[in-house]
Amino acid sequence: MSTGLIIIGCIILIAIVVVQIGKVTELAAKIRGEEAVQYANNRRAGILFLIFGIVFLVGCFWSMWHYAPYMLGYGPHEAASEHGGSLDSLFNQTMWCTYPVFVLTHIALFWFAYKYQGKKGKTASFISHDNKLEVIWTAIPAVVMCFLVVQGLVAWNDVMADVNPDDDITEIEVIGQQFLWHLRYPGPDGKLGARDFKKIVPGQNPLGQDWMDENNLDDFHPSDIVLPVGKPVRVRITAMDVLHSFFLPHFRVKMDAVPGMPTYFVFTPTKTTEEYRQMLKKYPEYQVPSDPSDPKSPPLWKTFEYELACAELCGKGHFSMKKLVKIVSEDEYKAWLAEQNSYYMGNVRGKDYDPHKGELLGMEIKQRRQEFDSAIKKALAAEVPAEKVIRFNYVTFQTGSAKLTPLSHYELDNLVSVMKAKPNMTIEVAGHTDNTGNTDSNQTLSQARAQAVYDYLLAHGIAADRMTSKGYGETKPVASNDTAEGRQNNRRTEFQILTQ
Amino acid sequence: MANVTTIANDQDEKLIQELGFDDHFHEHEHADKYKSNFIMKYIFSMDHKIIARQFLITGMFWALIGASMSIIFRLQLGFPEENMSWIKPLLGKWIEINPDTGIGTLAPEFYYALVTMHGTIIVFFVLTAGLSGTFSNLLIPLQLGARDMASPFLNMLSYWFFFLSSVIMFYSLFLSTGPFAGGWVAYPPLSALPQASDGSGTGMTLWLLSLVFFVVSVALGGVNYVTTVLNLRTKGMNMWRMPLTVWAFFITAIIALLSFPVLVSGFLLLMADRSLETSFYLSEIFIGGQALDHVGGSPILFQHLFWFLGHPEVYIIILPAMGLTSEVLSVHCRKPIFGYKAMVYSMLAIGFLSFLVWAHHMFMSGLNPFISNFFVVFTLIIAVPSAIKVFNWISTMYKANIRFNAPSMFAIGFVSMFISGGLTGIFLGNSAIDIQMHDTYFVVAHFHIVMGVAAFFGMFAGIYHWFPKMFGRFMNDTIGKIHFWGTMIGAYCIFWPMHYLGMAGVPRRYYRFDNFDTFSQFADMNMFITIAAIITFGFQLLFVINFFHSIWKGKKVTSKNPWGANTIEWTTPIKAGHGNWPGKLPTVQRWAYDYGKDGREFISQVEPLKEGESDQGH
Repeated sequence: MSTGLIIIGCIILIAIVVVQIGKVTELAAKIRGEEAVQYANNRRAGILFLIFGIVFLVGCFWSMWHYAPYMLGYGPHEAASEHGGSLDSLFNQTMWCTYPVFVLTHIALFWFAYKYQGKKGKTASFISHDNKLEVIWTAIPAVVMCFLVVQGLVAWNDVMADVNPDDDITEIEVIGQQFLWHLRYPGPDGKLGARDFKKIVPGQNPLGQDWMDENNLDDFHPSDIVLPVGKPVRVRITAMDVLHSFFLPHFRVKMDAVPGMPTYFVFTPTKTTEEYRQMLKKYPEYQVPSDPSDPKSPPLWKTFEYELACAELCGKGHFSMKKLVKIVSEDEYKAWLAEQNSYYMGNVRGKDYDPHKGELLGMEIKQRRQEFDSAIKKALAAEVPAEKVIRFNYVTFQTGSAKLTPLSHYELDNLVSVMKAKPNMTIEVAGHTDNTGNTDSNQTLSQARAQAVYDYLLAHGIAADRMTSKGYGETKPVASNDTAEGRQNNRRTEFQILTQ
Repeated sequence: MANVTTIANDQDEKLIQELGFDDHFHEHEHADKYKSNFIMKYIFSMDHKIIARQFLITGMFWALIGASMSIIFRLQLGFPEENMSWIKPLLGKWIEINPDTGIGTLAPEFYYALVTMHGTIIVFFVLTAGLSGTFSNLLIPLQLGARDMASPFLNMLSYWFFFLSSVIMFYSLFLSTGPFAGGWVAYPPLSALPQASDGSGTGMTLWLLSLVFFVVSVALGGVNYVTTVLNLRTKGMNMWRMPLTVWAFFITAIIALLSFPVLVSGFLLLMADRSLETSFYLSEIFIGGQALDHVGGSPILFQHLFWFLGHPEVYIIILPAMGLTSEVLSVHCRKPIFGYKAMVYSMLAIGFLSFLVWAHHMFMSGLNPFISNFFVVFTLIIAVPSAIKVFNWISTMYKANIRFNAPSMFAIGFVSMFISGGLTGIFLGNSAIDIQMHDTYFVVAHFHIVMGVAAFFGMFAGIYHWFPKMFGRFMNDTIGKIHFWGTMIGAYCIFWPMHYLGMAGVPRRYYRFDNFDTFSQFADMNMFITIAAIITFGFQLLFVINFFHSIWKGKKVTSKNPWGANTIEWTTPIKAGHGNWPGKLPTVQRWAYDYGKDGREFISQVEPLKEGESDQGH
């Protein structure tokens, strides 16, 4: 509080001093005569303008040199996209056109202020206009502007061109919401599924994807934007609540995200994150520790990441809407893609709010078939009889009974088709239980379940002489019955290939 | 050359007696046909000179508030870690004190409220009402030889609507949810949905209400300015003899009349969206955990309506400053303004083109990229008339005999600012460069220099120059010069570094920068800018002290025409009553810029042409 008072006191004092200076000069003017004072003023002001002009222009050049690292196309602030270079070059062309004008007009302005300061006995020249001069300085800016317009429009239409439908591009979606970015990748099918804002349920369906649209089922929501270098990407940009703006400063990419009106930006990254780091490594300002308070922290260039920022005021958290952007090689990208799990499969499948609950999706049927085929292949190739056992992963029974659940037939159908393709193949179907409950009833149940599978196969055209069924009860555990997990493993139905 | 003309005072009076136009004004009692009492004279005055002063002082009040706000948010940007609890007595709950450390920080909501209010206040209340309102009112009748505005009553209403609008906006600062915080451009959906921001509730309602009244004020003023210029010019004052100030105010008023109503229509639709469940601007919105019913609207529509005013608005701000600069520069250079007709034509061209460039604010809004082509062309064409004006101002100084004082120095400063800020517009107007620069500090630097600082310089030049006409006293010129140098150097120190921030991609309207490695490298620069802003603000306080001190204690004006100027406001008595000229109205014999002609320092507009003297085509 006392420092505040001191500051206020100082301000008041300074104000009083200045007012007094003002009064004194007025008094002096009265004594010395207003005219003399005015001429002295003119001289002083003329010199001050000259000095200011010199310092100002030198300062401008100095600041350009000093801040060159942040200027477009100089130093480390390099564009990391294919079109970025053309924008940087346009910026610099404009700089070359305007800087001379800036310098020359300022030289004239400050020089004239000095040179034509009011002096005693001098009069101004009566020059009211000069048509020739005016035509010249109308024509020159007009020509320069035409040049810049043409350059600008060529670059603009080039950058903003949308993709052709048959181009090989990756399309990803970015959705702004107060105050975070959602990302959506199309998954293996390469197609982004339909969305509807009315379907949004936070935590269950954050983007309002329509799960009845098959294209949605493999879409995934990564936490960072990862893109392969050298391949064009079309970013579909939209917003959920208010305006946001998708801004990638290193890629010279910016586009507003508008609720209800998807926008897009197409660009091609040209430098992987690692390449950009190597480029930054050359510059001393990036060789300093990344954490100024810890000299042992890795150098700044090493911690560099491309960033996505919001560039349209969207509310109180506007300044914090960030995502990392990682540009990687094609191989790394493929490896990353393989690790990604579809949002639907990971967060929705089988939950109460899954509209496909209780039914198998085409892709799941396909996937299970592949699993089954590879298990069969492995078993056929195996030498030891114990390795010729294949477990039904998806054949389940209603609790405590031998009634097959509705979805079990998919796997059994797989077996039917394999056996039809291999007429010499014979199998033994076996049922197993864990050790809970009565031994005898376990034995009966396992036999009944094996029999249910047997019956199904028989009903679907597999001859009775090609298969047997047997219940083993709790006699052949594959895991310890002491844990829930082990008991779960022991409750199983399987078949063994006897001949092939 | 001195601040007191050496020409005998009574010469103009004789000429007016001899050649003036008798409208029988003197037959009214006490030369005051309006029969004013104190309240009617100083408060609900219909005298354009009093209304001008009302606009000026209200504008200064707002300028102080707007500038103080910028200091507070600059403190946040320059010293984000600093303890701000000392300002809690003023800002209350907007300073959040961390209970563990006792460190007070500015609440982000309030930071955005400050940024929003700073923009709204400076753009509308200071640089539109305070600048154009003040000088259009003061100078149009005085320089044209009119007794008053065409409708003094509407003119009075114009001020009081502005006052009402001010009261509402001021009140909104004290709301518990804070004033509107969605940026001065008020883009929906942020401005339409109270769920999106605290300030978008009552704060936004009052913001809209205030600005609607403001537009009423502008419209009433504008109608008056245009009518007065067209109908109330004194005898001999043809359009080509009008000073450039009046031309500027005239063109400004036309632009304002054509563009402000579009803003109101935009606002009305926004109000409907806010309270009548319509969907002009809203579509497919999920906010606050629920999907709204609005479908089919487009937020882009608001941007079109807003910028259809918004862009002309920057010319509404800068044209009066240009006019004031032209006049002040010519008077103190003791030399005619160079290329008078080119100046008028370029202002007309700027005024016309200002309606064809609005979408250059929307290049990155999702507008069809094809449309942008046209706006790029028109935007860059504006550089041509602007360049002509700059070259003409500089040429005005060529072979001049410049009298340096606060007004002329601010006029020269204006030219420098207009060049510096104007040239960066050529970068931003090119849509391809705008991809990177849009909504970065490069934009902040550009518009603050070209329409913020430059307009203030024009305004300061005008205030220092016409202060003797307004108050019959001079402002202290030494303090004025200190004010000039402090502001000139300070303003460049504040805004020049921002260009580099912008080139590095730092977005504007960020509460702090340390979330992003890319933007967090500029702590020193931000600190420097903040210190420069505080010092520059201090120099403005000096101006305020000088202003009010001089009203009562300034050096008295002893002659009617202290600057030796040609325009006819200087033929009125030092303290002119309502009606301006006590007797006959002056008739105008020549244009306003016969400085240094035939070896004479200046030749008043009321002086007839000598035999064989060229009228320069005016």
